[in-house]
Amino acid sequence: MLNVLLLSLGISIVTILILFKNQLGEKIASTSKGIDLVVGAKGSPLQLILCSVFHIDFPTGNIKLIDAEKLAKHRLVKSAIPLALGDSYNGYRIVGTNRQYVNLYSAELATGAWWSNDLEVTIGSVVASVTKMKVGDMFESAHGLTKDGHAHEENKYVVTGILKSAGTVIDNLILTNVGSIWKVHEEPASDSLVAAKLLTPSGLVPTVEAGDSLREITSLLIKYKNPIAAIQLPRIINTQTNMQAASPAFETARLFTLLGIGIEALMGFAFVLIVISGLSIFIALYNSLKERRYDLAIMRSMGASRSLLFRAVVLEGSILTFMGATIGLVLGHLLLGIFILVIGEGQKIGLTTFVFYSEEMIVLGGSIFLGVICSLIPAIEAYRTDIHKVLAGN
Amino acid sequence: MISVEGLSYQYPSQNEATKKISFPDFKVARGEQFILLGQSGSGKTTLLHLLGGLIRAQQGNIKVEEIDITQLSEIMLDQFRGKQVGFIFQKNHLIASLSVRNNLLMAPFLAGKKQDRDRVDQVLEELGLLEKRDSQIHQLSQGQAQRVAIARAIINKPALILADEPTSALDDTNCEKVIQLLTKVASENNAALIVATHDQRLKDKIAKKIIL
Repeated sequence: MLNVLLLSLGISIVTILILFKNQLGEKIASTSKGIDLVVGAKGSPLQLILCSVFHIDFPTGNIKLIDAEKLAKHRLVKSAIPLALGDSYNGYRIVGTNRQYVNLYSAELATGAWWSNDLEVTIGSVVASVTKMKVGDMFESAHGLTKDGHAHEENKYVVTGILKSAGTVIDNLILTNVGSIWKVHEEPASDSLVAAKLLTPSGLVPTVEAGDSLREITSLLIKYKNPIAAIQLPRIINTQTNMQAASPAFETARLFTLLGIGIEALMGFAFVLIVISGLSIFIALYNSLKERRYDLAIMRSMGASRSLLFRAVVLEGSILTFMGATIGLVLGHLLLGIFILVIGEGQKIGLTTFVFYSEEMIVLGGSIFLGVICSLIPAIEAYRTDIHKVLAGN
Repeated sequence: MISVEGLSYQYPSQNEATKKISFPDFKVARGEQFILLGQSGSGKTTLLHLLGGLIRAQQGNIKVEEIDITQLSEIMLDQFRGKQVGFIFQKNHLIASLSVRNNLLMAPFLAGKKQDRDRVDQVLEELGLLEKRDSQIHQLSQGQAQRVAIARAIINKPALILADEPTSALDDTNCEKVIQLLTKVASENNAALIVATHDQRLKDKIAKKIIL
């Protein structure tokens, strides 16, 4: 029985990896869907993607609004969404953006209304359920992404709406306009130009004049107008401006190859476990054959054919491995479920244990195949049992 | 029903003294009972295994119901054993993980026959074991276990029952009981019975003898 347990342990690791890898891939694909390019301050391109698309890293720095405006009006750009990041509440990031960002993930309101004025926020479903905030509640933002960052005590945000849960990154965000982020970070004395009537409002942030040379944002999410943009635009940005362009597809692929090494290593470990368990199942079957020589011979004397004994032993091996694999699959789902419950990050990126992938069927099929392989030699031994010798007792 | 002619068996040579046993010719009619006597090593077990189709003779022929079983294919031999022959061994060799009833149901299953529960009850009744029907094998005494082995041997209504030292592991009381039951059920089922033994206690129980 120990060998079956060993097998289920190996299978459970494989199951967890399958679940983890596939879901991570799906999450990454769905989160970066509709974003062809991210433009931000120079630095690590991977950091820029992690920060602006997945909201799990710090900004690389800021870019001038005036530069971002120019880029947004470029003939190769279909749409550009501004992001102003840097603050958080209870570890949940506050994102200064516009309604286009919400449309990107087709998020819908559960209660309340969208933000419209400065310091109004619409919060994601996870934020709402964890912080227990309701429409009308006020809170202070903190600098950075941690709970104990420097608090911005002068300006309080007010919740105007809560989003429906959609299983996207937006569940974990607090959304507001870009102006709110500026307002929170301004010195109290310098809020003079806000009230002035605007002649030509900025394309990205309508509350300020176009061509404002002081204001800054964190990054710009760009959608290409046509495939040529994929070739030209990153090169133009990286060489002709002091900003950098990073492709989510390329950077996540790079991240995956890095992660891949760890996953491969774990997979390798799991396969070693499976091979060892296969070997010990083989040994167990082979040994028990010695004890069962009499049983087999008696069965032959009662009319059982050689091939029946062969099939019986192969069936036994396959049932053992099938059992081990089934236990392993259940165990894998169970362990991942516990992992998700215990580690908050798992919930944040939307991992679930209640999905099944076709690879799991392959694992199950493979385990039956393993059982057949392991029992082949014992089965041949059973097939070749010399009944006369065994029954004559020598 | 059974006729043996010019039968000899050559053991696969393990040392220079390769052993060859020649058996006397004999005939057994349906329902007849024989005791097969001989010193140990004289080939009693080998003859039983030859008759039951567990091994093949190099010379001579064995006809059972006019079919020469030395000429049968491997699969035909399996079927012949399953349908025509019931074996009883010195040790009972019941399958320990199964109940008495399931041990008995195993015989028709392996012989490719219908598993008939009424037949199981009937045979157990004959052998006075009906109340042990659902017992595990380890709960039985040696005498009871050997009676279950007899039940298993006759459940398929074989034409021939071959018993190899069926009583040598039993005490006098059980020996008496087992051989009585064995001869009784053999004649009730109209089966030929050959008991190989060197057990002196059985000498007078069966009149007809084959001596090796």
